[in-house]
Amino acid sequence: MCAQKRAESDAHTNADGSRNQDRSHDARAVLEGPEIHRALTRIAHEILERTKGGGDITLLGIPTRGVPLAKRLAERIHRVEERSVPWGALDITMYRDDLHLAPARAVGRTEIPSDGIDGSIVVLVDDVLFSGRSVRAALDALNDLGRPRAVQLATLVDRGHRQLPIRADYVGKNLPTSLRETVTVTLEETDGEDAVLLGPTRSRSSQGEDQ
Amino acid sequence: MRHLLSAGDLSRDEANHVLDTAQELARISGRSVKKFPTLRGRTVVNLFYEDSTRTRTSFELAAKRMSADVINFSAKGSSVAKGESLKDTALTLQAMGADGIAIRHGASGAAHRLSTWVDGAVLNAGDGTHEHPTQALLDVFTMRERMGSLEGLRVTIVGDVLHSRVARSNVLLLHTLGAEVTLVAPPTLLPVSVGTWPCSVSYELDGVLPHSDVVIMLRVQAERMQDAFFPSAREYIRRYGMDGERVAKLHDDAIVMHPGPMVRGMEVTAEVADSPRSTVTEQVTNGVSVRMAVLYLLLGGSESAIGN
Repeated sequence: MCAQKRAESDAHTNADGSRNQDRSHDARAVLEGPEIHRALTRIAHEILERTKGGGDITLLGIPTRGVPLAKRLAERIHRVEERSVPWGALDITMYRDDLHLAPARAVGRTEIPSDGIDGSIVVLVDDVLFSGRSVRAALDALNDLGRPRAVQLATLVDRGHRQLPIRADYVGKNLPTSLRETVTVTLEETDGEDAVLLGPTRSRSSQGEDQ
Repeated sequence: MRHLLSAGDLSRDEANHVLDTAQELARISGRSVKKFPTLRGRTVVNLFYEDSTRTRTSFELAAKRMSADVINFSAKGSSVAKGESLKDTALTLQAMGADGIAIRHGASGAAHRLSTWVDGAVLNAGDGTHEHPTQALLDVFTMRERMGSLEGLRVTIVGDVLHSRVARSNVLLLHTLGAEVTLVAPPTLLPVSVGTWPCSVSYELDGVLPHSDVVIMLRVQAERMQDAFFPSAREYIRRYGMDGERVAKLHDDAIVMHPGPMVRGMEVTAEVADSPRSTVTEQVTNGVSVRMAVLYLLLGGSESAIGN
């Protein structure tokens, strides 16, 4: 998901070179470190409650930022239940429906726990839920890997504007946004800092890139 | 436009990008479902004027694993046998909406010529004695898997350099990636221009072996030899063939590669070919991953990620 948003903002920046800098000045933090911590702890508890102890769950993060989030959730569940939870990464690059719209993206890494996913409850983890197309691609990718008993979705931020009938089971924060705003998630592991930033309203001329 | 015509066209970053992509794609080979929808709706044509089951099948498998439609067009039994020119064939393929064309042709420069006639991506699958970039990429990929880094790696390429497109592509790509290449061949089997290549040259195999990390044995292309390039096969084998005795001169981790098809007893003995040092079958497996990576990077997005 984030890769997509990044690509979009790159295109955006190309269209108007000066904006990138403006954004970092104008971006407003809607979630900061401790809040993200609390949100993830709550999601971990919700997962345990809904899956009745999380006996056969597998957490799969969608690269880039879904992966450290999946790892963090696995650690939290481990702390609460004192039982290790398999977690991994599910790259969706080859399954995207917008490949032909942008230059070929770098293929990421898929790491599935050694026991596989057959019969388990897979919880997909992503940083931002937006159009829902990343999740659709992830469902296709999962289909090629095995047959989970059920698939659930956890996301740190749900910013709305769905284009597909997809809904998250676990949400860190619902963040109603305008299509002209940008949402950027930064994490310690990838960016050195935990934060969710809401970017400025874009000018009308570059609106189309949001889609 | 977006083509892969020469290994020399790839910058260091682009070459590494292909290798990294291939590495991720190689992981898929272990899965039960080996197919992606990535190139769905795209058409890839294998245009083969020379027989090459290995390369053609490799391209075909690579394209099919990414859900592309594949058309195999071989010169035998096609309109080419009836006298159609390359240009007319190209225009036909263009009219059929080919997004990518992998071409193997006996004439050096055929791939480049084709790229001036069609809109789709052209992949050079071997043109005459000129180049075979995907073979070089898969060789380098195999070296990276076995030896780790390519920087400073000492690679020796042995045999019929004159008729070998594999040698030229490998020299260019290995040089780009920081390896040191030495060509070893009888003087009669070296091209005149070899002095301009970024590599050193030797006529004696035995002296070079102790300083080699990788030895690539080239096929002796008897079908291309209209003259006598060496006195006899026996003499060639004695001076340039890889046998157990020569392998013993290599250091313990060194590997022996061969682009195939291998003539056992000519370039390498069966003993060497079947030893754990030999990477011949690995090279075939890696060939599919590398060609998937190239097809993905050329055709996967709105514009090519390499070879612009």
